[in-house]
Amino acid sequence: MDELRLMLSDPLMQRALIAALLVGAAAPVVGTYLVQRRLSLLGDGIGHIALTGVALGWLVGAAMGLRPHDVLTIPGAVLTAVIGSVLIEVVRRRGRTSGDLALALMFYGGIAGGVLIIGIAGGTSGNLMAYLFGSISTVSSTDLILTAVLSAIILGIGLGLRTALFAVSHDEEFAIASGLPVWLLNMAVAVVAALTVTVAMRVVGLLLVSALMIVPVAVAQQLTHSFSRTMGLASIVGVTVCVVGLSITYWHNVSPGATIVVLAIGVYLLAAAARPLLHRRAASAAHDPHPDIPDDVRVPAAATKKPTGKPTGKPTGKTAESSRCPS
Amino acid sequence: MTSSNVVIDARDVHVRLGSSHVLRGVDLRVERGEVVALLGANGSGKSTLVRTLVGALPAASGSIQVPPPARMGYVPQRVSAAGGIPSTAQEVVASGLLRPGRLRLPRGWRDQVHDALGLVGLADRCHDATNHLSGGQQQRVLIARALVREPEVLVLDEPVAGVDHPSQEQFAATMTRLVAQGLTVLVVLHELGELAPLVTRAVVLRHGRVVHDGAPPSARNGHAAADHEHVHPHAATTTPEHGDESGFAGFEDSTAALTDHPEA
Repeated sequence: MDELRLMLSDPLMQRALIAALLVGAAAPVVGTYLVQRRLSLLGDGIGHIALTGVALGWLVGAAMGLRPHDVLTIPGAVLTAVIGSVLIEVVRRRGRTSGDLALALMFYGGIAGGVLIIGIAGGTSGNLMAYLFGSISTVSSTDLILTAVLSAIILGIGLGLRTALFAVSHDEEFAIASGLPVWLLNMAVAVVAALTVTVAMRVVGLLLVSALMIVPVAVAQQLTHSFSRTMGLASIVGVTVCVVGLSITYWHNVSPGATIVVLAIGVYLLAAAARPLLHRRAASAAHDPHPDIPDDVRVPAAATKKPTGKPTGKPTGKTAESSRCPS
Repeated sequence: MTSSNVVIDARDVHVRLGSSHVLRGVDLRVERGEVVALLGANGSGKSTLVRTLVGALPAASGSIQVPPPARMGYVPQRVSAAGGIPSTAQEVVASGLLRPGRLRLPRGWRDQVHDALGLVGLADRCHDATNHLSGGQQQRVLIARALVREPEVLVLDEPVAGVDHPSQEQFAATMTRLVAQGLTVLVVLHELGELAPLVTRAVVLRHGRVVHDGAPPSARNGHAAADHEHVHPHAATTTPEHGDESGFAGFEDSTAALTDHPEA
């Protein structure tokens, strides 16, 4: 208890905890849209390209003779990530295959560009480590303000426009027919995803950024059936693993980013294990999801007798069991 | 000849998808209060035409006049429980309330959504995940999503393909009520089926051209006969765009597989 108070009175830890809280809440909100559009890996692509932005920021900072060489790394990452994700979105609109390819190019180009440019800037790839794996324990007040502002933007767009963003993510064609500004909304998702990556970069590092966006959503999906609840629960999971994971590193000398992600995956495994249990209870009492639908296929009386032995497992046969919706 | 009663006026519309010239000069005019069925074989361009009309596909040439999006309701071909995240019927229908200049839900949206789901007989399924609903019910959710906009014109793309019989009847009853209230309907159909009594005009496409525009034709092969039931409730969650004909064969097969139960 005293140790907890000690931790909370440490200004360094205070800043880190607030940053973790903000990022933990914001990242899964954006992740929900990415999972909805089956773009779970987009965050990774942006994360890689952001590394080039970090190095570019470093290069410009060094060239301008700014004192800490890394003052421009975060703005560089933000700018590059936004440009990169907008590019991905533009390419995605032109055809799926090339979008996939663009993502791959981004993965490799981002890392290679980052390492190359940081060398030119007079740094070493070692300087990039803090960005690749996170450095939440060194969050400054300025960092914290930037994190807070960006998180506010992310949450503002992600929650404020959630019905519209849901509509384009769910059924783009219907959204177009409804006259929604689909292009703008898609861009909003891309930009917000880029901002999320750069904000979460401090907490878990660019290589693990996507995990913080996606894994809490995967957890929530196991437990709910509604879009908004998935988003809310994912956000709660995100905050929990970020704060708990960070706190663990106060006592144990382990990487905060890795701890947070491992924790999130642990929660996912727990949720996945708990799901069938939750389910069995819901599905017991021979719950028929469609009691109002009459039998649509007439079956000879003999065939309706329940097979008593092991399941026949005929893959094509539409038995009464298999015609129920999977739930 | 553009009278004020014409709500959809498409002239000499050409659409190219990739290298194929799908629509080759289609004219289509729909007047207020009409129920126009768009018929034709798979690949004849029916879906392409309605998708072009609602703006989801660009026309290569020709002119298209349709009501503004706020006055149109569009029911696309059912996408399989798409998206990576399950969503409730309420959430899906609520997304139909958005329109240009309204990106957030209006006050009282819950009641509007509830009423729209009531129109398709699913008021009690508000909070059910759509991927837990049957194919026919999912289709009705999409219809409710269009109806919640209180449209003057409803454009439907194969609303009863792969839909169980009760849902088809429910759908026909709903449409009858709405048409009586003055709704204009353009509906892509494979066969007239339950909607036959409502349809005032049929437009038949073949290879991207209109080959018939007038009285609804009688269906071949008794497809539309009362005793011919097209019921494959769960089979068609991913109805392939051009695979319907073989889909019917597949249905016969699965029936055979059922009656040919190994335990029987």
